[in-house]
Amino acid sequence: MGLAAPLAPSGLQAWQAAQASKGLLRFITCGSVDDGKSTLIGRLLYESQLLLQDQLEALESDSRRLGTQGEQLDFALLVDGLSAEREQGITIDVAYRFFASERRKFIVADTPGHEQYTRNMVTGASSADLAIILVDARKGVLTQTRRHSYLVSLLGIRQIILAVNKMDLVGYGHGAFQDVEHSYREFAGRIGLTDIVAIPVSALRGDNVLESPASMPWYRGPSLMQQLDTVVIRNDVAAQPFRMPVQWVNRRNQNFRGFAGLIVSGSVRAGETVRLLPTGVTSRVGRIVTADGELTQAVAGQAVTLTLQDELDVSRGDLLVSAAAPAAVADKIEATIVWMSEEPMLPGRPYLLKCGTRTVTAAAAPLKYKVNVNTLEELAARQLELNEIGVVNLNLDQPLAFDPYALNRDTGGFILIDRINNNTVGAGMLQAALQPSENVHWQALDVDRANRSVLKNQKACVLWFTGLSGAGKSTVANLVEKKLFGMGRHTYLLDGDNVRHGLNRDLGFTDADRVENIRRVAEVARLMTDAGLIVLVSFISPFRSERQLARSLLGPGEFFEIFIDTALAVAEARDPKGLYRKARAGKIRNFTGIDSPYEPPEAPEIRIDTARVSAEQAAEQIISQLRNAGVIDRDWVFIP
Amino acid sequence: MPNLTHLARLEAESIHILREVVAECERPVMLYSIGKDSSVMLQLALKAFYPAKPPFPLLHVDTTWKFREMIQFRDATARRLGLELLVHVNAEGVAMGMNPFVHGSALHTDVMKTQALRQALDRYGFDAAFGGARRDEEKSRAKERVVSIRSAQHRWDPKRQRPELWRLYNTRKVKGESLRVFPLSNWTELDVWQYIYQERIPIVPLYLAAERPVVERDAALIMVDDERMPLKTGERPQLRRVRFRTLGCYPLTGAIDSNADTIEAVIEEMLAARTSERQGRIIDHDSAASMEKKKQEGYF
Ligand SMILES: Nc1nc2c(ncn2[C@@H]2O[C@H](COP(=O)(O)OP(=O)(O)O)[C@@H](O)[C@H]2O)c(=O)[nH]1
Repeated sequence: MGLAAPLAPSGLQAWQAAQASKGLLRFITCGSVDDGKSTLIGRLLYESQLLLQDQLEALESDSRRLGTQGEQLDFALLVDGLSAEREQGITIDVAYRFFASERRKFIVADTPGHEQYTRNMVTGASSADLAIILVDARKGVLTQTRRHSYLVSLLGIRQIILAVNKMDLVGYGHGAFQDVEHSYREFAGRIGLTDIVAIPVSALRGDNVLESPASMPWYRGPSLMQQLDTVVIRNDVAAQPFRMPVQWVNRRNQNFRGFAGLIVSGSVRAGETVRLLPTGVTSRVGRIVTADGELTQAVAGQAVTLTLQDELDVSRGDLLVSAAAPAAVADKIEATIVWMSEEPMLPGRPYLLKCGTRTVTAAAAPLKYKVNVNTLEELAARQLELNEIGVVNLNLDQPLAFDPYALNRDTGGFILIDRINNNTVGAGMLQAALQPSENVHWQALDVDRANRSVLKNQKACVLWFTGLSGAGKSTVANLVEKKLFGMGRHTYLLDGDNVRHGLNRDLGFTDADRVENIRRVAEVARLMTDAGLIVLVSFISPFRSERQLARSLLGPGEFFEIFIDTALAVAEARDPKGLYRKARAGKIRNFTGIDSPYEPPEAPEIRIDTARVSAEQAAEQIISQLRNAGVIDRDWVFIP
Repeated sequence: MPNLTHLARLEAESIHILREVVAECERPVMLYSIGKDSSVMLQLALKAFYPAKPPFPLLHVDTTWKFREMIQFRDATARRLGLELLVHVNAEGVAMGMNPFVHGSALHTDVMKTQALRQALDRYGFDAAFGGARRDEEKSRAKERVVSIRSAQHRWDPKRQRPELWRLYNTRKVKGESLRVFPLSNWTELDVWQYIYQERIPIVPLYLAAERPVVERDAALIMVDDERMPLKTGERPQLRRVRFRTLGCYPLTGAIDSNADTIEAVIEEMLAARTSERQGRIIDHDSAASMEKKKQEGYF
């Protein structure tokens, strides 16, 4: 069996034709340190002749200088590009390597390192179709072997090649091989791995890597490379029902609205009925548009743009599914989580959850248990530390369309993102929607401001609009509230005039009354933030000290002073309520700007120059600054 | 139902990445370096957003020392496709008289490329930049993320790079931070050539063999592309049939002797005599850990 051999000059067309039908296989290699993983991958790269001339020369000189193999090539050096980084203390998680045979291109996920092992392996395994589990023939199945196998099965890999390495060191003995194979199969069966091909190899000598060797006449099976080349990858995704997360809405012009996405499972035909989730409405596929022409059918793995026959409100984050076999929709879902951050995962704390193209906010109920990855025991736990794996119920702020991970990796796998530092802190696998009755943990939590805010998918805070009468405070505040509302946020607007009609009916406009006015409003605003609301206060509030008082009632980052900056002359010219005229005529006393001072904010969180921007633009500016401050998240789309 | 070929799968993966970033970022840009990888990346972008045009401009950081044919090709490509092309030159570098023949490749690259890129990204406020780098280019690139995050100073902090699982990319960042995105991460040099062949993607003619005036210096064939190239005593440009495996600044890019004047022939030559493409890039030989260091400073 040959690999991508140099072709005769005339063979290009045949070669190109072969290329055109080449498949792709992604696999991960797992082994403990010194089992020979680097040697094996290095040899695969070398033997597949994908090494280029200068890399070979470098390998030869490195082998002489650094190698462990005397005058021989040390293949491990080929993949050891990471040692320098290791010395610099850089975390290496997964390296990807490429080689090819005549039939397939291979992408290998190689996960070196000890400390970050779980995290790395899970990352590498997430996109692999198959795993090579490497075992040293002398040592047999070790704790690490079991751990790797468990992680591989957790991530949904069903096909395993058990490479029993260093056969040269056990005299190429059949018995040694059988022992390892036997004990591995016994263990693997218990974690649901049954599709196992065991192959004896010597990575160092090259025995059974490419060719079946003379050294092990008792072995009749395929060499490692033959197995990689011919293994039939169970293409589950093609057989699953149609799923396409909507990535991007293509509006080339008014007449074209296409929904761009990668089909992650199943297939779809023009004219077929599809369902849009989470809303559940159905339509028929109009056209399947690609740059290479329209298709009548598109299949899993293709990136396409679909049009629908009805005008539906489709946006990024929606999931298009087969109408006959739709995905589940739920806001309480059981999941297995792999934690990847130094900071532990705490139940109740909100994280962003990205699944497919949709991002929602998720908080975990108290952990059901965590898993000891070495013994597979289920242990009680309050939180998950780095590299720990646990099972939890997730509470989402809005419904999510999903499939159990075991059925579909793309609609069942998710990452968790820290809302403050934006790091990817965890990954997980969705299992099943919860029955309402099972969801008792959430209620058991202490209900406090943070929890109430989480439930509302926002950070409770006060937006304090200050400025002259007629500056535009109420107009802008109203617009901001409308926008927040439209995004599904929970708000309340306290307006100067309204409050004075009720709560502060007993107060006038003396300086003392103004201060009391503000104190009461600030207290009410604070109570409302306790309730988890975004409170908009639209008050002239002319004095710095009272605004400072309001600020002092709230925590850092919870008070946004928004200065609606309008020149007195402009405000007076507008005079929407005729108040300036009355004040000038002496009919109103202590009117701010006329006979009572206005102290402009020195360092407002947000300043709106109404001479430059429209009310609409002002509102947009405020929303975008709130986003940047983490009060609201950009991905959230309100589905009425 | 037939399985998709490896090129079809690579293509779909790249399109997916391009769309994700466009959907989640505010102001993306494509770094267009005019080379073969850029040409492939551009083709993928045309496909990803079809029938609309790619919703971002192309940015070329022009060191002023590119081959003349590259510049012609660049302008013709942007015109042919009707795309917005931004060209940025580090004016300070020009004022300093930056010259790779005088100042050496390291300083030239730093000023005219690395710093220039940062200037351009800041000037236009781009929050995501697509680049054509591949993991197979170099050992140290093998672990590179598809999406990596840079600080407001464009620094790459290895500790802050995020794990990438399934097809999920985390594009979140705070104001000032930006992303570098490599849609071709999983392509090899051979994949790139095959795709160019399959899709009939136009490439700069310098990739194909032709008679060109070159001088031999430090075992490299340097093309005399304009009169700015100082000839040493006794040095005489000679016409040789050569082509380039990689394109950059002409004083820093070595040619190879070749008769391959079609893409088919290039692929044949490549399969027959294997020399990795970075060898032509003189920049790499300056210091061993050069790539890693440059990346931290914001080079692609
Ligand atoms: N005798 C023998 N030694 C091997 C074999 N495979 C690897 N080794 C040696 O085992 C050591 C560790 O190999 P390496 O590939 O670096 O292991 P890794 O830590 O799993 O990447 C090296 O000294 C290799 O030369 C083998 O099949 N037979």
